[in-house]
Amino acid sequence: MTASTAPARGTSPLGAGPRPAAPLSRGRRTARSGGRPLATRLLGVVAVAVALVWVFPIYWMISSSFLPTNRLRTPTPTFVPLDGTLANFRTVLGDPGFAESFRTSLVVTGITLAAAILFAFLAALAVSRFRFRGRRSFVVAILVVQMIPAEGLFISQYQMLDGWGLVNHVLGLSLVYVAAIVPFTIWMLRGFVTGVPIELEEAGMVDGLSRTGAFFRITFPLLAPGLVASGVYGFLQAWNEYTLALVVMTDPDERTLPLWLQGLVEANRATEWGVVMAGATMIAVPVIVFFLVVQNRMTGGLVAGAVKG
Amino acid sequence: MSGPYDGRPVTAATPSMTVAPAPALPPGQSPPRGRPPLRRLGGYALIVPAAIPILVGLGYPLARQFVLSFQEYGLAQQFGRPAEWVGLDNYVALLSDGYVWAVIVRSVAFCLANAAITMAVGMALAVLMARVGRPARLVLQVSMLLAWGTPVLATMTVWQWLFDSQYGVVNWILAEPLGMAGMRYHAWLVEPLSFYAVATVIVVWMSVPFVVFTVYAGLLQVPTETLEAAQLDGASSWDRFWLITIPMVKPVLLVVALLQIIWDLRVFTQIYVLQRAGAPTRDTHLLGTYIYSLAKEFSMAGAMATIMLVLTLALTGFYIRHMLREEEL
Repeated sequence: MTASTAPARGTSPLGAGPRPAAPLSRGRRTARSGGRPLATRLLGVVAVAVALVWVFPIYWMISSSFLPTNRLRTPTPTFVPLDGTLANFRTVLGDPGFAESFRTSLVVTGITLAAAILFAFLAALAVSRFRFRGRRSFVVAILVVQMIPAEGLFISQYQMLDGWGLVNHVLGLSLVYVAAIVPFTIWMLRGFVTGVPIELEEAGMVDGLSRTGAFFRITFPLLAPGLVASGVYGFLQAWNEYTLALVVMTDPDERTLPLWLQGLVEANRATEWGVVMAGATMIAVPVIVFFLVVQNRMTGGLVAGAVKG
Repeated sequence: MSGPYDGRPVTAATPSMTVAPAPALPPGQSPPRGRPPLRRLGGYALIVPAAIPILVGLGYPLARQFVLSFQEYGLAQQFGRPAEWVGLDNYVALLSDGYVWAVIVRSVAFCLANAAITMAVGMALAVLMARVGRPARLVLQVSMLLAWGTPVLATMTVWQWLFDSQYGVVNWILAEPLGMAGMRYHAWLVEPLSFYAVATVIVVWMSVPFVVFTVYAGLLQVPTETLEAAQLDGASSWDRFWLITIPMVKPVLLVVALLQIIWDLRVFTQIYVLQRAGAPTRDTHLLGTYIYSLAKEFSMAGAMATIMLVLTLALTGFYIRHMLREEEL
């Protein structure tokens, strides 16, 4: 990252070309016309093998969710669920707790996301577009706050929320989520705001726009990828979070989806693995799909924020 | 609430060539001395909405827990008796307990082992990703993304099923194709070492994708020209990798390693869920779950959490100092 002059090429993992591979592997034996050298092809096989091992747990989750119990409790595992059923999914959807938890998760994530993005955006503007006493301290604080082990704080967070009657309340959980997400989001957005040259705004002002007008007409549209990236980050954090939810939402009626899933596991362990896997699949698949759709943008955004500063 | 899967990335070490913040004055407008008050207030006004939840949600609990750790606060206090100051008693009680030291040593060992394995595997796969052809790279990237994006509770659930002693596929693979008959009905979670082995597999599996993507992005930044020049000068590909590529991606590696250490020291969800799956909790506690188990004794939990914070700073302090010195913020 000290190589500041290096052009930010191929910032997205999926879109990157094979450029760095070439100089590393290009040797005398490279056959230009006959495809890649043998070594590269062997490495390709290794890469695919690693990929299969890595993805296996997720495949296994989805595969098991289609199998009835009597097919799961067999000496030899069923590797391809050819004769699968949707019965497990029906069981999960028939659980009133699922719909309830889904709603709770949705509300908590919505509040967290809206507040975190708005607050972080304003703060990012402040630190990259304004000079004021304490600016540097604020930036350092944002960095250091991320070192605090949240896992050591939950007791006093619980006590605090308890004192305010916010335990088992979506607002209480959202508050601690926003506190956890905002520092990093500011850090990320700050990179994006700083990346838009102030000269662009100044040019707009020379042409007669007000300072605010110049900002919203010129800079704001350029920040869209950064806002998307931080939105994805916040969404994944709030939707998947378990520890704080476990501490704050003690009432079974106020569970978020991860808590509901853990309850399902504990009710069905060693008896109905198929139902449990269907539950896991139900909360995982939407996130995975969403993640795959936006990741290109997001990873590109994260990396761009890092290498361009 | 962060974990290895959350994609807290390279940005944490924004490089030093940060574009200078806005010049205070838009040119051609406003006399030099007329405007400062409003502009300065503007900066403060913009950070207030973000500062409030941080101060309320993190700052206040941190301070409160710190204060609490010097007080006697147990059941009686929950029913209204004022807390008494007891000085360092809580710390003395904790640090003179051999069990607490066992938890601390275990946590540090678990953290360093997991961070090291994650870094080694992640770097190896990042280099692999940079060297293979496009189709293989795509396959690897998609599988990494799947492991990264899946909610932690969903993956914890499937890992329990994979390691199920009776019908789990891991035991089946070990016993049938690999011929280790003794592993056929192995109960993984009962014995601490094997419990930590399972936890390590899970934590590494979840953490590696982030390392791979970040280091891979770093590798792409190494200028091709430099490598070619070195090659012309006769450097072997081994030399080029260790003498050029590695030093150039070193800042990225440092940040990623730092984050891994922080995350692996505070690991909670994975250990907690595995404990609930039938492990002896006392023999398997790490810092996070131990603090959680102290929940009823607020003061002790507060003191323990403070010890954990100090431990985190001890493990990462040198790096933070380095970063604050080098970075232009």
